[in-house]
Amino acid sequence: MWLRELWFVLVGILFTGYFILDGFDYGVGMLHPFINRTDTERRASLSAIGPIWSANEVWLVAAGGALFAAFPIWYATMFSGFYLALILILLGLIVRGVGIEYRSHDKSPKWRAMWDWLIFAGSFLVTALWGMAFANLIRGVPITRHKIYVGNFGTLFNSFSLWAALTFVLVFLVQGGSYLAIKGNPNSRRQGRRMASKMVWPAALVLAIWFIWMDRLPSAAGHVDTVVVLLQGLAVLSLLLGRIASYFTKYGIAFILSSVSIAATTLGQFRILFPRVMVSSINPHFSLTIYNASSVTYTLQIMSVTALIILPIILGYQTWLYWTFRKPVKDEEMGY
Amino acid sequence: MTQLGWAELQFGVTTIFHFFFVPVTIGLSFLIAVLETIYVRTKKPVYRDLAKFWGHLFLINFAVGVVTGLLQEFQFGLDWATYSKFVGDVFGAPLAVEALAAFFLESTFIGAWAFGWDRLSARAHALAIWLVVLGTSLSAFWILTANSWMQEPVGYAISHGKAVMTSFGAVLTNPQLWVEFPHTELAAILTGSFFMLAISAYQIWRKKNVEAFSHSFKVSTIVAAITSVLVIFVGDAQAAHLVKAQPMKLAAAEALWNTSSKHAPWSVVATINAKKHTDPFQIQIPEMLTLLAYKRLSGSVQGINQVQAQMVHRYGPGNYIPPVAVTFYSFRTMIFAGTAMMALAYYALYLLRKKRFIQKTWFLRILTWAIALPYLANSAGWIMTEVGRQPWVVYGLQLTARGVSPEVSVSSLDIELSLMAFIVFYGAMAYAAIHLWKKAIQQGLDPDPDFEQRADEPKDLILGSTGAYD
Ligand code: HDD
Ligand code: HEM
Ligand code: HEM
Repeated sequence: MWLRELWFVLVGILFTGYFILDGFDYGVGMLHPFINRTDTERRASLSAIGPIWSANEVWLVAAGGALFAAFPIWYATMFSGFYLALILILLGLIVRGVGIEYRSHDKSPKWRAMWDWLIFAGSFLVTALWGMAFANLIRGVPITRHKIYVGNFGTLFNSFSLWAALTFVLVFLVQGGSYLAIKGNPNSRRQGRRMASKMVWPAALVLAIWFIWMDRLPSAAGHVDTVVVLLQGLAVLSLLLGRIASYFTKYGIAFILSSVSIAATTLGQFRILFPRVMVSSINPHFSLTIYNASSVTYTLQIMSVTALIILPIILGYQTWLYWTFRKPVKDEEMGY
Repeated sequence: MTQLGWAELQFGVTTIFHFFFVPVTIGLSFLIAVLETIYVRTKKPVYRDLAKFWGHLFLINFAVGVVTGLLQEFQFGLDWATYSKFVGDVFGAPLAVEALAAFFLESTFIGAWAFGWDRLSARAHALAIWLVVLGTSLSAFWILTANSWMQEPVGYAISHGKAVMTSFGAVLTNPQLWVEFPHTELAAILTGSFFMLAISAYQIWRKKNVEAFSHSFKVSTIVAAITSVLVIFVGDAQAAHLVKAQPMKLAAAEALWNTSSKHAPWSVVATINAKKHTDPFQIQIPEMLTLLAYKRLSGSVQGINQVQAQMVHRYGPGNYIPPVAVTFYSFRTMIFAGTAMMALAYYALYLLRKKRFIQKTWFLRILTWAIALPYLANSAGWIMTEVGRQPWVVYGLQLTARGVSPEVSVSSLDIELSLMAFIVFYGAMAYAAIHLWKKAIQQGLDPDPDFEQRADEPKDLILGSTGAYD
């Protein structure tokens, strides 16, 4: 029975896509009010993500849908368990999404300043909370034998998950900076490079510490294998290589490398989890796994066929979108 | 109020809010696609200007639709975890396919369309908006597949206390789906056309770009005239389907306490006494209900008391009666709003000849205010559909009270806090959207007078913006 494994991998890939793509959106959102001083610069950095931020966010919607269809018990337990955290994530996504679209429709400086800060706050909140949520999946949360979450919002706050929040924020800042470095107008490109280069050192350090911490968690015992270590090594290394690439003005490569780092980080986390999907801190035997949280075979078969047909088409037109808007933003044709 | 009560309220509020924006997205994208196609065909620049103007209003709407939709996707896990565990094997699939087959398509091509005016050819640009239409309609189709399954579960078996899918084909050919989807899709296009009609009427009334807005007045009138009739026909088919699928909902929608004679009248208005199971006061049209239910002149419709007795027999003791007054009045609201829209659309169509509508300022005023009608009909239709299904969340399979998240995971306070937050955020979003709509509508088709750089821009940047890239 490999269908459950397949869907575990697919969910992992959808989250990886989401973190890579929305990672730079959130990074740009967090950098946006700080690195851009004038209104043109701010419009330029928002226009750099303008045509694609919504399509990027669909990776999250798809991950949610895939989770619901393939692992309903995981979907139900995680989102009812992480209730307030998820509500905050959604509120963050709401203000930043509306902010990006609405900010430049009104010229009043107050209106624009308000949205600039809301875009920042939303992006920051969402990034930090995803870090915490994923950290807690691995670290373990109180789940009973009946697959019921019995913790509360406070349960999610612990030193490991807060460190994860910091890690996500720093890595996404690098990702956002690297993206602006190739897509912004002249000034935001300069600023993006500067920020990415500055942030990469703390990001790599914090990430490395997080990995070491993760691997020594009781819940990780017996799950850290060579693949995990290789992925983690790759994650840290590619951040550093990205810095070297940008030193040689290969900004496109630098962006690819920071994306690789995010991919390796996410996949590494899924690898440690496997075959569990949520670890129970009450008793390891109560953990949700791909075997006790999944749909029946028939649903998985239907979903697999559908996904296999549709995914290549999606990748096709999303590539077309990125290709059509590959050039950096020009001030005369800013959408926002 | 109980945790269950708060969860129901939260679901109702957030979903109705989502559905304020969704039909405009579906309907307006279709009308914009029509306008842009006319532009590609005739090359008249006015159609391009119109597509841009309506596109601007569309994007303001779309932003709210998307972000409120995000909540919808996770809402089942948040407040309805037990329900999600029970139905996930069946219900999750259409939701996942919706994201894969519809949302990717729609959001990709909206991005391309909004930012592609200069980067895509006129034809490719028009194609992009048609793909958006396809995407939004597909998303309605897939989410309604999920919803129809809750109304009429098909293609499943119960195993280990869960509903599991046995036939995806049956889920897709659910008879409920094939009345519910056309009705909702048509209602959405009608909504989009009334949105366009109302605002065009307003512009013509205040003599702003009259020539141009006459074109969108015309297009939206024609579309509204067609869809308003179709929506009623399909709605009628839906009512007829309820006779078999959910007799309780139909009886409640008619406040029909006891099984009628072979010639059932239709109540236009009624006062309802839910305690005593009577309607003390009614105004009725003879034969109408029989006609609505059976499309012929003879046939009795089952009453609430009788269906209740059957359900007790089948599912055990309990109260299977939904809130009757809500169901009754929401059904009436939808029908009256729909009839009013049809009447307005046909009068507008009549006036279209020789552009007589331009002088009829009183009618233009009415049309402007008529923008409220589709919103009213949509919300009322959904309230009827969802409230009329109570106490079931999945008809005949799971009671709503059994579907809510366990209280140890999600306390009543959690839901209250988040509901409060959503109301504040949604209120602020609606305010911002209306603010931007007003601005854009005031502006009309004229170029933005002060879109140039603001005074605080440093000089070198203005120069730099036209110069070469580093
Ligand atoms: C512009 C919006 C609009 C208009 C004018 C109408 N409807 Fe409607 N109606 C809807 C928008 C809508 C809706 C919001 O889209 C619903 C909710 C669920 C659905 O399938 O469509 C709905 C539901 C709905 C249902 C419930 C179906 C169920 O529970 O299974 C019935 C019986 C009707 N409609 C019947 C009608 C009739 C007889 C109309 C004649 C005037 C009518 N509708 C006009
Ligand atoms: C098409 C997809 C939809 C699905 C899958 C869906 C599903 C649900 C679910 C799970 C509930 C919660 C359980 C309950 O309270 O009965 C519910 C209730 C409700 N829904 Fe829907 N719904 C859909 C569309 C809508 C729309 C578009 C509206 C309104 C515009 C709506 C209005 C409501 C209301 C008002 C309730 C609360 C009913 C009550 O208080 O008893 N629904 N629906
Ligand atoms: C009849 C009910 C519904 C219809 C017809 C519908 C349709 C749509 C449409 C057309 C959009 C596109 C964006 C926009 O609204 O402007 C959208 C957004 C969304 N809807 Fe709904 N929806 C309904 C109810 C629901 C429900 C109950 C869910 C929960 C699963 C849901 C999930 C979403 C999501 C996740 C998005 C955002 C997608 C994106 O990022 O583009 N919708 N919906």
